[in-house]
Amino acid sequence: MAERRFDPTRLPGFATVAVAVFVLLYLPIATLVAYSFNGGDSVAVWGGFSLDWYGRAWANETVKAAALRSVVIAACASALATTLATLAAVGVVRNRRMKGRAVVYMAINQPLMVPEIVTAVALLIFFASVRQFTGYQGLGYLIAAHAAFCVPFAYLPISARLEGMDATLEAAAADLYATPRQAFRHVTLPLLTPGIIAGAMLAFVISLDDVVITEFVKSAGQDTLPTYMLAQMRRGVSPEVNAISTMLLMVTVVLLTAFFIINKQTNRGKQ
Amino acid sequence: MSAGQGQANRTSWSLAAPALALLLIGSIGPLLIVLVYSFMTPGDYSGVQRPFTTQAWEQVFLTRDIFDDTLGWADAHMTIFWRSVKLSVLTAVITFLLGLPTAWFIATRPPDRRALWLFLITIPFWTNLLIRTIAINEIIRNEGLLNQVLLKLGVIGAPLQILYTDTAVLIGMAYVYLPMMVLPMYAAIDRFDTRLLEAAYDLFANRWQALWHVVLPVIRPGILAGSILVFVPSLGAYVTPRVLGGGKNMMIGNFIELQFGQGQNWPLGAALAVLLLIAVGLALTVYVRVLGGAGRADG
Repeated sequence: MAERRFDPTRLPGFATVAVAVFVLLYLPIATLVAYSFNGGDSVAVWGGFSLDWYGRAWANETVKAAALRSVVIAACASALATTLATLAAVGVVRNRRMKGRAVVYMAINQPLMVPEIVTAVALLIFFASVRQFTGYQGLGYLIAAHAAFCVPFAYLPISARLEGMDATLEAAAADLYATPRQAFRHVTLPLLTPGIIAGAMLAFVISLDDVVITEFVKSAGQDTLPTYMLAQMRRGVSPEVNAISTMLLMVTVVLLTAFFIINKQTNRGKQ
Repeated sequence: MSAGQGQANRTSWSLAAPALALLLIGSIGPLLIVLVYSFMTPGDYSGVQRPFTTQAWEQVFLTRDIFDDTLGWADAHMTIFWRSVKLSVLTAVITFLLGLPTAWFIATRPPDRRALWLFLITIPFWTNLLIRTIAINEIIRNEGLLNQVLLKLGVIGAPLQILYTDTAVLIGMAYVYLPMMVLPMYAAIDRFDTRLLEAAYDLFANRWQALWHVVLPVIRPGILAGSILVFVPSLGAYVTPRVLGGGKNMMIGNFIELQFGQGQNWPLGAALAVLLLIAVGLALTVYVRVLGGAGRADG
């Protein structure tokens, strides 16, 4: 054959580009992590390895308060979103002929489709009125806003788990005179737990990382770590922000690795 | 419908109700209020007041000359819209050019190693977008890695001012949204049955014919999904243009914020937000249509 065949596994140019892409993906993050260990005061020159910036970030009361606030909001919002997503998934997934199923599905996934900046200003407007009306100034607004955009992320692994589950087990429980509540408590819920944990972890990470909606919903003195970092970036790079980023990065990587391990075991359990 | 199904539906709805209520308060309801606000008059200091008017919507596109009261195109707004669309399209193109070989590479790895490559794409995908933007800032700033390397190599005599330009925003968005392009394309390529290629060659197709008529139709849904997943968040980007574009190189997301901050024109901000929502809705509709059309052609 005169012409060479197109072999999908052997495209030399493709492999080169792909490897370059992987390098380009990780180089900036690696640089950021490296700079967070920079001992010098200058942001340009390498002044030797040091944990100085971590110490300064740790000693900074504003940073500590922001970190605590981030965790509190993420914990509350992910707990709320996961609980409500679980209920919704249990209600919707098994009832294939449910009237208005598409509407529920659209509503749950709506936060994924609307640009964050639009939701952010919408919440700014809405909560401004609620603030004026009720006088309440607490973290409730941020928790409600975070919980809402976390719902689709919590819903996804839970509904996937439910769809993969054997519906006959619940039928067997019913045959053995379990009430729907008992069947849920003793059969469905234990089987669903890995999905719920995975959903809660995703929701937690999503909440922890949020910038835009938090930036618009928070009132004065309610900075989370990401909005604190965003404000710092207005003054250009700072090694302190690099140190905070690195710590936040670690949390994300640990949670995601745990998520993948749980998911893998869950899938293995299915086979 | 049987009585049993009716009962089941009531149970389903009551179980979904709390989640729907949360979404109504925390997202859907406020979006409807934005629509209402876009038809109101700016308040004296901030917020809105009556009467209801289409003034804000006029302001989006038109500007009234303060001297002779004639209407003209709002050039400043057009510049921002054009920059948003241009940068979003370019981001989609760049991520496609880099993403296709990457997705192809991952999909053609031996199965035992594929998971690792995928994981390497997924980690940046789940990493905080702000952190990734700050990381790009570390590379392209005047004292950053890129300029240092170029200076050392003698390619340039003075640091390149990349930061706070459109190029910086483009680099940043391409960087942060690249995984969104790779993942759906990988999913599509992974489904590709290589025996189809053998069949094509047996039927005397040349390489380009095989690529065009056999490979492309199968991976097209992945390319479309990736493009929309990059284009839509790029169009509504806020963090990346704010950090890398500085104050001057606004995209529509930053311009919306301006109306709620210094601008003190909530109705205009609301109208711009609705406009962005419509643009995203259109992009998604086109996507669904094209995908539906492709599905029919395949079927």
